[in-house]
Amino acid sequence: MSTRADISRGSGPGFSIGTVSLLTGLVALGVLIIAGNAADPMMGAHAWIFFFLTVAGLMITGFWAGSLNGRNPFDPAFYEDTIVKFGVAAAMFWGIAGFLVGLIIALQLTWPGIFYFPDLGWTNFGRIRPLHTSAVIFAFGGNVLIATSFYVVQRTCRTRLAGGMWPWFVFWGYNLFIVVAGTGYLLGVTQSREYAEPEWYADLWLTIVWVAYLLVFLGTLWKRKEPHIYVANWFYLSFIVTIAMLHIVNNLAIPVSLTGSKSYSLFAGVQDALTQWWYGHNAVGFFLTTGFLAIMYYFIPKRVNRPVYSYRLSIVHFWSLIFIYIWAGPHHLHYTALPQWAQTLGMVFSVMLWMPSWGGMINGVMTLSGAWDKLRTDPVVRMMIVALAFYGMSTFEGPLMSVRAVNALSHYTEWGIAHVHSGSMGWVGFISFGALYCLTPWLWKRKALYSKALVEWHFWLATLGILFYIVAMYVAGITEGLMWRAYNEFGFLEYAFIETVKAKHIMYIIRAAGGGLFLLGALLMAYNLVRTALGHGEAGETAANDAPKTATPVLQPAE
Amino acid sequence: MSIMDKHGKLERHSLLLTVGILAAVSIGGIVEIAPLFYLENTIEKVEGMRPYTPLELKGRNIYIREGCYTCHSQMVRPLRDEVERYGHYSLAAESMYDHPFQWGSKRTGPDLARVGGKYSDEWHLDHLKDPKSVVPDSIMPPYAFLAKKELRFDDIEDHLKALRLAGVPYTDDMIANAKADLVAQASPNVDFDAEDALVARYTEASGRDGTVKVSDFDLNPGAVTEMDALIAYLQMTGTLVDFSTYEANDLSNRR
Repeated sequence: MSTRADISRGSGPGFSIGTVSLLTGLVALGVLIIAGNAADPMMGAHAWIFFFLTVAGLMITGFWAGSLNGRNPFDPAFYEDTIVKFGVAAAMFWGIAGFLVGLIIALQLTWPGIFYFPDLGWTNFGRIRPLHTSAVIFAFGGNVLIATSFYVVQRTCRTRLAGGMWPWFVFWGYNLFIVVAGTGYLLGVTQSREYAEPEWYADLWLTIVWVAYLLVFLGTLWKRKEPHIYVANWFYLSFIVTIAMLHIVNNLAIPVSLTGSKSYSLFAGVQDALTQWWYGHNAVGFFLTTGFLAIMYYFIPKRVNRPVYSYRLSIVHFWSLIFIYIWAGPHHLHYTALPQWAQTLGMVFSVMLWMPSWGGMINGVMTLSGAWDKLRTDPVVRMMIVALAFYGMSTFEGPLMSVRAVNALSHYTEWGIAHVHSGSMGWVGFISFGALYCLTPWLWKRKALYSKALVEWHFWLATLGILFYIVAMYVAGITEGLMWRAYNEFGFLEYAFIETVKAKHIMYIIRAAGGGLFLLGALLMAYNLVRTALGHGEAGETAANDAPKTATPVLQPAE
Repeated sequence: MSIMDKHGKLERHSLLLTVGILAAVSIGGIVEIAPLFYLENTIEKVEGMRPYTPLELKGRNIYIREGCYTCHSQMVRPLRDEVERYGHYSLAAESMYDHPFQWGSKRTGPDLARVGGKYSDEWHLDHLKDPKSVVPDSIMPPYAFLAKKELRFDDIEDHLKALRLAGVPYTDDMIANAKADLVAQASPNVDFDAEDALVARYTEASGRDGTVKVSDFDLNPGAVTEMDALIAYLQMTGTLVDFSTYEANDLSNRR
């Protein structure tokens, strides 16, 4: 074991700092050339953003490395927790930004006269809707996943993160991707592939970052001091590996020019559509599900101090979940020009997916066996268990909607919006909030959160917000679905399309109110976490058992 | 439970676990996506499909840039109400040159697969500038700025070449004349030879008369604007395939 650890450290801390700086320097040089020859203004803007941020990164690295004075910044005797702290802060920041943009586009659909500006094309719904989805999924969710995966893999392997400087490359590289993606949407740079909108150069950059992420994660597993790889790490690993596969295949494209922002997707029409929804559905399956199930498998047992309910169930549900999920994509294309055999396969596997999904939910909820009182006394536990309740609801609803007859009504309507928000706000949001509430006192060595009462407020505001949101969208979706297919007594279509739009106005108001409550809850969380990190209120005293910074980790796997 | 015991091996070897995960998540995609590339009946045999003219292609790129797909589908399903509301259900053949596809996933606005020819250019112009001027209850954003922006097309040949690389049958002729074709489509009665050449080129590709519409789409003869391109694209959507010769019940078209 020790030799492996030595290898992964390379020849001292300077090695990884050198390799990261070299790669960053090469990228900076490359984008400078592109910036000078940009074929369109969007590419010019992005090349300069890339250039200034990579150069800033190099300079900061240089100053930091110069101030080390021989100290090893990657001392294997300590966990790498600073990067997790950055991840928590980034997740909080992007989360609030993403929820705010979501609220803005909800208001645009409700009161278009107030929230649209005829001469500001970049503020239109079509440009900022991808900003919202990417901000909440990739910026908020992605930073939660990077932060928690780095925290969990160290604890469960009882070793420091591998790769020295490379985890920092992953963190900052990923956030640079987010900035490029987000500014791209506003500038009108998009591939129009839902949840894979960034153009080819951003995709290439993300590929580099993601390979580094996989290697850091695997490298940490390789030098683990535990014989077994803990279940949370299986889920993180499947998330990293599968997202790499999906990202690369779905983004195959031919750039018009190496100095231009525009590319054309390699596939066309029906093949392109299925590739995209194979990606799109599994971005849900592997980004928003397995990644966050990994959080469930670590944070719920730790928080309630109970072992995972069933080891066997975790094996069965892990393999069946990842095997079946990948087949479900075609249910996004029911009744389209996709051949029906593919639609049927997608439907059958989507229905089968119900079981492994609920297997995971049961394993998480039943972990509370013997500690059910915590649901009453600990709002953070309640948040994570309610997350699982939403997970159970949306993974029951998903198979239902994937049945062709149901899909004929639900597809293209607000029902889909309700479904994804019960999954994303309820499941992904709440399990992430739970993890952030756990991590902040642990990382900053605080005895407790600044205010438990604020967590209660957050919980109830957000729960109420989600309910407003999804109930309004269910009603709106089913209303418009039924209106679209309504016939009058003479056998003609009863409603013009615009009448179905008008019918949703009140529901849009309620939805926006729900989104507002959810955002308010997140603001309370941010305030609470900042005060916790600063050591105010109930977080004041230093926790006794966390005080000694020893090489021997006190945390054991929760098996 | 011997299988469960064997799982211990995966838990102790990270590379075995990685390979196992990769195997488990590869199968579904291979079985579902790969056959679409070689099964002949995936795409129907139809008459009339042709590549986009340069102006339509530019318009399509604006459609993508503005995120129109976030609210408009381009996929009419074979359901009674949809066929009556929007027209013949969409065929796979109709998006065979679409890199990327624009089927969409949400109808905050109506489907646009067959909006081509349904309204006049003037209607589209008014509607895009201020949707409420023609549909008072519309919640669509205004796109007045498109009429003020001159279309950038100095690299249009590169666009056609990239698409040809991806499999769209653009001829050398189409690529060499891309700029002239683009201007000609938005400038009726200016250069009759260029106009005729454009129509002949794309009519030959289509094999069917009347698929190329030449018009001053934005009613501004002085300039080729982004509005010209977008309306040119909208006016051709769903108009290419000749449904009078399409045999929906032919065995080769039933999937």
